[in-house]
Order: sequence, then structure tokens, then C-alpha cells
Amino acid sequence: MVSTPDAGGKPNPWSGRNIAYQAYRLKNKPELIIGVMCLAFLAFVVLVPLFQILRDAFTFQSYDLSYNPEGEVGAFTLFHFDRVFFQPISKALFVKPLINSLSMGVAVTTIGIIVGSGLAWLMVRTNVYFKEVFGAMLVFPYMMPSWVMALAWLSLFRNDRIGGSEGVMTSVFGVQAPNWIAYGFVPIVITLSLHYYAYAYLLISGALATVDSELEEAGATAGMGKWKRIRVITMPLLLPALGSAVVLTFIRILGTFGTPALLGLPVRFFTFSTQIYASINARNQGDAYVLALVLIILAITFIWINSRIIGVRKSYVTMTGKGFRKKESDLGKMRWPATIFVILFLCLTVVMPLTLLLWESMTLIPGDYSWNNLSGYFWYGSGNVDLAYGEPGVIHNKGILGALGNSIKLGFLAALFNGALGLLVGYAVVRGRGGKLSKALEGIAFAPYIFPSIALGAIYIGMFSSSIGPIPALYGTFTILVLITVIKNLPFTSRTGIAAMLQIHQSLEETARVQGIGWFRRMLRIIIPLSMSGLVAGMLLTFITAMRELSLIILLLSPGNMVLTGVIFGYQEQDMAQHSAAVTLMLVLIIITISVIVKVMARGAGTGRLNTT
Amino acid sequence: MEQIRLSGIVKSYGKIEVVKNLDLTIAPGEFLTILGPSGCGKTTTLRMIAGLEEPDQGVIELGDRVVFSRNDGVVLPPEVRGLGLIFQSYALWPHMTVAKNITLALKEQRLSKSEIEARLKTALELVQLEDFAKRYPSELSGGQQQRVAVARLIALRPSILLMDEPLSNLDAKLRTEMRVGLKRLHRDLEATTVYVTHDQIEALTLSDRIIIMNEGVIMQEGTPFDIYHHPANLFVAEFIGDPKINLFTGAIKAGKLDCGDLTLPLADEFADRGGEMIVAARPEKIAVSYKAKRGWQQVAVEIVQPTGADTIIQVKVGDTHLTLLQSGFITLDEGAPLWIDFDLSALNFFDPKTTKNLRPAS
Ligand SMILES: Nc1ncnc2c1ncn2[C@@H]1O[C@H](COP(=O)(O)OP(=O)(O)OP(=O)(O)O)[C@@H](O)[C@H]1O
Ligand SMILES: [Mg+2]
Repeated sequence: MVSTPDAGGKPNPWSGRNIAYQAYRLKNKPELIIGVMCLAFLAFVVLVPLFQILRDAFTFQSYDLSYNPEGEVGAFTLFHFDRVFFQPISKALFVKPLINSLSMGVAVTTIGIIVGSGLAWLMVRTNVYFKEVFGAMLVFPYMMPSWVMALAWLSLFRNDRIGGSEGVMTSVFGVQAPNWIAYGFVPIVITLSLHYYAYAYLLISGALATVDSELEEAGATAGMGKWKRIRVITMPLLLPALGSAVVLTFIRILGTFGTPALLGLPVRFFTFSTQIYASINARNQGDAYVLALVLIILAITFIWINSRIIGVRKSYVTMTGKGFRKKESDLGKMRWPATIFVILFLCLTVVMPLTLLLWESMTLIPGDYSWNNLSGYFWYGSGNVDLAYGEPGVIHNKGILGALGNSIKLGFLAALFNGALGLLVGYAVVRGRGGKLSKALEGIAFAPYIFPSIALGAIYIGMFSSSIGPIPALYGTFTILVLITVIKNLPFTSRTGIAAMLQIHQSLEETARVQGIGWFRRMLRIIIPLSMSGLVAGMLLTFITAMRELSLIILLLSPGNMVLTGVIFGYQEQDMAQHSAAVTLMLVLIIITISVIVKVMARGAGTGRLNTT
Repeated sequence: MEQIRLSGIVKSYGKIEVVKNLDLTIAPGEFLTILGPSGCGKTTTLRMIAGLEEPDQGVIELGDRVVFSRNDGVVLPPEVRGLGLIFQSYALWPHMTVAKNITLALKEQRLSKSEIEARLKTALELVQLEDFAKRYPSELSGGQQQRVAVARLIALRPSILLMDEPLSNLDAKLRTEMRVGLKRLHRDLEATTVYVTHDQIEALTLSDRIIIMNEGVIMQEGTPFDIYHHPANLFVAEFIGDPKINLFTGAIKAGKLDCGDLTLPLADEFADRGGEMIVAARPEKIAVSYKAKRGWQQVAVEIVQPTGADTIIQVKVGDTHLTLLQSGFITLDEGAPLWIDFDLSALNFFDPKTTKNLRPAS
């Protein structure tokens, strides 16, 4: 029998008819078009810069001429790698930062996870007092820049051996803190732990709240003892959250810049992040790129090891919506002591640093913490040549107010773009579930997660350093700050987007489709309103992180695009402690105020109705 | 009123062929039901008509428009196919009031304000929800939600209606009520309707024509009467009818049908046949007597289940179990004797090898 392609057999894929048909199909599948566009955009902003620094790391650059005047600019070379790994300078450039970064990462992660999960257990599974207040306050550190603790630490322990003014301890007790307490490894680990516990706390309390305590009771009925129950039932269910907490904390710490810079640089204690910063400042970009690549490889290795240990069973689904019940265990005699412990902990992590900053910002002569020296000068003084190089107080300071405007603009724009991108990625991923495009998109949206902040910043220095096609050079522009913030937060917002989209049954959109409502209107009238509450939460998070971010953008800041965190760091570098304290306090207050407003507004918008269907 | 035509439709998910070479024509204004067990491809077929799913092969025509043709490279999106669809879940938009749910598509069509108002009013009146316009879907009962979904369709006035188990989320009593509503909807809109269900009562009561589907293949198409009285094959015979049809095997011997514990006379048309046949007798087609009658067969009562208007009686003779259906509320003692008789013209006979009906509908 002779079969023609049109008679039931497979049509020829390259016939004109088939191409027309495929074009038709594509037009009917908005999720495909959006998916392809998102994928192209993300590939462009994630892979292109990565490729650029790889290329720069392997080619001879003009700034290398000072080391080797014979070199040919643009030629292939292993010079940068040789310098970082095999020359005598390697010890300072690579080995010490490696040891410091790793030991810092391990120590902070360990302490942070222990403290965070302990608090999570107290808050979710026991009957400590004042849960509402505690719950709100325990996440405060998340809203502050990670180096607020470090600033507070300096206010407390600054000694005269480094130069500059002294801290509270010297001023009040007349004792100089030894260097190992004031600077370096120990204070870095302590202050970072008191910040990063919040990540573990958030992730683990979320997981604990969803582990059905009926499951544990079932274990009890099966005759298991308490510890066996925890080991056999609770732990395996918590393991995924624990794993994410470990990875998240560790990678954040690898990429964190503020604290190691504030507490490490004065005693020449370098981590990868501060070394990258120093190399860039010394115009040795090549070194910085190699170090950034090492940092990324470290992060990937760590994720890999972690997934090996925890296994691929990433998400046990225990949320059934039925029979869900949280059981609080009675702390008995320990109830008050536990409550007091939480109060003390909150004083240490929230009240004390903010109080110290307030105090610092109100000392007229630096280093004198007595009553007589208290003054509001650094808040509203209009500038006096004898004080702080004549720099005016916060409310008269053009530099600060301009940076404040930039910070708010950055937070706002980043949140907006992130929300939009998260929505589109979520839409394309969920509607295209099962397809290759969907998987690729989900993967690439997650990719920025594995770039430690400072490394991503380093990559973006190379990004569009010259114009590519219609895109102008972006270095030093405000746009690049928005872009990098959006990209860095994308793993989280795209997750929110996916989660929000999964909540919307596809029949809700299909009904509209069948009724003749076009894609754009469907998004506007159905998809966006229904995913709004989830998206707002994700956007608020982006706003907060954008406002308090330093590690990510420190390498990209210039006078033209200065933001508050950069201003604070600049004051600190110039030993203007009162200014940096005042601006930090202002930043924290603004973040808290805005997030409270957004939360209240979101609650007032009557989203409760949606939850019932 | 538009005709719907599917020809040579094939649809697979991965390697599994869910719909196999389906040919189907639905006349303008007809009420057609696709009936079949779970997973047989009913929803898939409906979604292909709506354009929400793409066939791998074949042609779909609505009225005189080709909306899908694999070989001619035509795929019209659902937006322009101009049909109405009710989902099993009703798919009401939870963030909009009843009125908004009904008028959204009308506004998108840029109808005039007065026209929209008028249509909203008529639609709400027809489903008797005039007082609920300002409510949100979560503030309505299941039946009311279903009526909103219907009202949304009425307001749009589609010429083709697709419904995917629109009653399956309702309790039994409400279902009966809503069935009447849907029948009225079909009549009022005069729309060509494809109705998907696995509930045979809905199929039998609502349809002009029924398609019985199994594993992606049409097992029989016909009027409810034919489907019930002349099932084309054993699958349909067993699938349709509640209580289930009685089946037993008989061997043709000496001009009679020897079914072991029972013996039936042989219909003339099978006089030349040899071998075996499967006899199918609807429970209500078996005559029952409480007193002995000449030529009737004696059986013993096993279980009696009065359902109100009818009574289901399980009886046995030897090792053969039979189900009988009698009208009225009947109580009988276990083991009591009954006499039954078969009306040859009301029986169906199937070939045990091909499972085909040996007496197909004319
Ligand atoms: N998106 C999909 N991907 C893969 N398989 C699918 C998909 N949708 C349906 N199927 C499979 O196709 C078959 C037919 O599904 P369909 O939904 O048409 O059944 P149905 O007759 O409507 O059943 P029910 O009465 O349970 O609704 C089933 O085996 C189902 O598992
Ligand atoms: Mg179905």
C-alpha cells in the first residue's frame, strides 16, 4: 500500500503546512511564548555575564600589563589562575580567605541552625508565653542589614589599637577590649550567627508547623519512646527544611560582605568576599573573577554534598489539609525560664543593637558615651566644620537623602519587576508542567541562588561594561542595581509565583478562555487578582532585601547610584560612627514601617474571601 | 444551532492512546451524551471540541467552520470557537460576585450597558438567583454555585454547549432537580449540547442520543431506548441498567437453550445455530408469579430490597443467581418459592466470542 503523508501518516515536519500549524499552535499557547521569552531573558542576564567573566579570567587584560609588560592584551592566558593558586601571593589571596570563609561558614551555619531550630521548636511546639509578640520580633533581624550587629559590636568593643574613637566598654568601664574580642573571627561568627539564625528559624518553624503532630502521636501509639519518635518520625520530616536552611545560610555567609568588612578588615582578616572587594579596588579584576568563580564552585559543591546527605526526597508532603493539628507540649516548670530566655535573646539581637546604634548616633564627641555628651546633632545638625568633617546631620544631608531616595526607588522597582517576573515565570512553569521548557525555566530561575552575593556582584561588573547591541553599558547605572537585585531575588519570587499559580485551578482560566476572553485580559481580571496575596508577600520580601542589601551591590555602587547601605559603609570606612549609626537606624525604621503598612493593607484588602474556596 | 463533527480524532498522552480514531457527528440542536466508565476519554474528547486540548490527528468542525485540522494546519483557539462550557468544578471566579462572574465575558465583548443588564437579569431569573447577585461564590451552596455556572452560560448565549459532569458534585436529591434545569437550559438556548457523564440515569433521562465509550473507543451510539433495549455488545449491556442485567450462558441443544439450571425455548432465528450464546435479561423484563404456573420455572428468594417505588429481588435456582425487579413495595421471606418466565422478545443474545449482540437494533 502506498501511503501519502496527508492520509493519516505522520505529516512531514518541514512542509509549509506543518510549519504554519506549529506557528498556529504557538499562538494558542501563551505559556509557551512567555516561557520562551522568560528563558531568553534569564539566560541573557545570568549566563552572559558568567560567560564574560570566564572569558576575562582566561584572557590577558590591560590591567595585567603592570605585572607583565610583554603580555598581549586579549590573548589566552592562565596568568590569573597561576597568580591566585600557585604564586607566593596565593597564600594571602586564596588560602587564607578560603580557610577564613569556610571556617566562618561552618561555625555560623552550625550555631545559626541550632539556635534557629531551638527557637522554632519553642515557638511552634511549646506553650511559652507571649508567642504573638515573640513571633513578630524573632524575624526582625531578617528585616535589618546583616551587619547591624557588627556595627553595634563595634560601638561596644571598639578599642584604641586600631585608631579612631573607642567604644562603650572603654568609655564606661575604662577597659580596652582585646583585639580578638573586638575584631576578627570570633566577633564575626557571633554577630553573623545572631543575624542568620532568623533564616533557620523561619524555614524550620514553617516545617514544624506542617508536620502533623498526629503523625507523632501515631508513633507514640506504636509504642515508640519520645526520642525514638523524634528520630524516626519528626527528624526525617524536618530534614528537607533543615537541609534548605543549611544551604541557604552557608551560601549567604560565603557571599556576605558587610560584617567581615567591618570587623575583619581593621585586623587584616580577609574572607573571600572582602578579598574580592580588595582586589577590585586594587584594579586586579582578574584575581577577583577567579576568586568569584572559586566561590561559585564552592557553593555548588556544598549544595551537591548537602543533597547527597539529605537525599533527593526533597519534599515529603505532609500538608493534607485534613486532620491537621498542632499539639503544644507543656513546658511545666520550665515555662517561665524558657520565656525569659527568649526575652533575653530578643534583647540581645534586637533591642541591644538598636539601642546601641541610637546611643552612638547621639554622641557628640565620638567615643564619649556620657549623658553630657548626648546630642541630636547628627540627626538634625546643619553642619559644623569642627565635627565629622563638617558633614551635616541626617535631615540636612543631601548625600544621605539622595541615597534614601535611591534605596526606596531600588526597593520599589525591584519588588515590582520581581513580582511581574515571578508571576510570568510561575505562569509559564505551572501551565507548561511536564514540558521541557517548564523544567528549563524553573531551573534557570533558581540558578541565581547558587551565586553567593558578592560573586554575583563581581560577575555583574563585567556585565555590559561595554554596550551590547541596543543595550548601553550599564556599569555605574541605577539600572544595573535593579537588575542584579531582581535576579538575586528571582529564586524566591519565582517560587512564590509558582506556588500562587498552583493555587489557581486551571479551569478558572480555561472557562474565561472558552468565553472568548483574551490572554491579556485573563491575566488582568483573573490570574493577577487571584495570585495577588501570594505575590504581595513575595514582593515585600524583595523590597526588604533590596533596601538592606550591601554584599550584592557593593561592587557596583558609584556616586551616581549610591544607596543608603553604601552610604553607611562609606561613613564607617571614614570612622564616622555617629553618621553610620544614625543612617542605619533610619534604614531599619523605614523598612519596618513600610512592611507593617504593606501587611496591614494586604490584610485590609479582604483577601480572606479567597481562602474559603 | 450548529452541527459538530469529529472525524478521525486520535489523542495520546505519552504512549497511551486515550482517544482512538473517533468519528462523531452531532446534529444541530441535538442533546448528545457521552457516557462511559472513569478514564475512558470523555473529558479529553470534550476538551478537544472546546480547543483546550489538541488532537494528534483528525478534523473538528463546528457548524461550517473547520476549527481543527491536523493535516491542513488549522487550530483555532478556544477564545474564537464561541462555545459554552461547564466544568465539573463550575470554575466560578472566587474573587468576583455572582453578577461579575456572569457579566465579565459580556463586558469583554463590549456589549452595551443596557444589554448586559438585561442579559444578567434574564439569566438570574432563569436560575432563580435574583437575590444572590451581590454574593461571592464561597457564600453559596453547591447547588447555587452550579446554577451560577449555568446562568453564566445563559447570558453568553452560545450555540454549542459542552458540559463535563456538571451534576457530579451535588447530592442525589439536588441532582434530580438540576437535571430538569439543564434540560430546560438546552431547550431555551436551542444549543447543540454535548454532555459528559458516567451517571447512566442522567444519560438516559436527558439525551436525544447517547455514545457509550470505553478505552477511547465508541462501543455504541443510539437513542436511550436502543441503548437500553438493544445493547450492541456485552460491555454496553452490563454498563447500562441498574440493577444490573442478568447474564447467563446457554448451549443450543435440540431446539432449546440449555442454561444448566434453566431451560429456555429457542427463538426461530437461531434455529440453525449451534454452540453457545450468552442470554441477557433485564431484571424488570422477567415475569414473576407468587403461585405456581404451568411452564414457569421455580426459583427461591434470597434477598429482598424494597427501594420504595420498586423492589429488587435476588433469587436463585441451582447455582444460578438472578436479579428481578418488581414495582411496588414488596416483602418476602427468604427461601420462599417464586415462579418466573422469560419473554423471548425482550431478551438479548450475545455471541460469546465477539461479544456482539446477535439481535442488533434494527
Ligand atoms: N494531561 C494529561 N496527561 C496525561 N494523561 C492524561 C491527561 N489527561 C487525561 N489523561 C489520561 O487520559 C485518560 C482519559 O482521561 P479523561 O479525563 O478523558 O477521562 P474521563 O473519561 O473524563 O474520566 P472521568 O469519568 O474519571 O472524568 C485517563 O487515563 C487519564 O489518566
Ligand atoms: Mg472526566
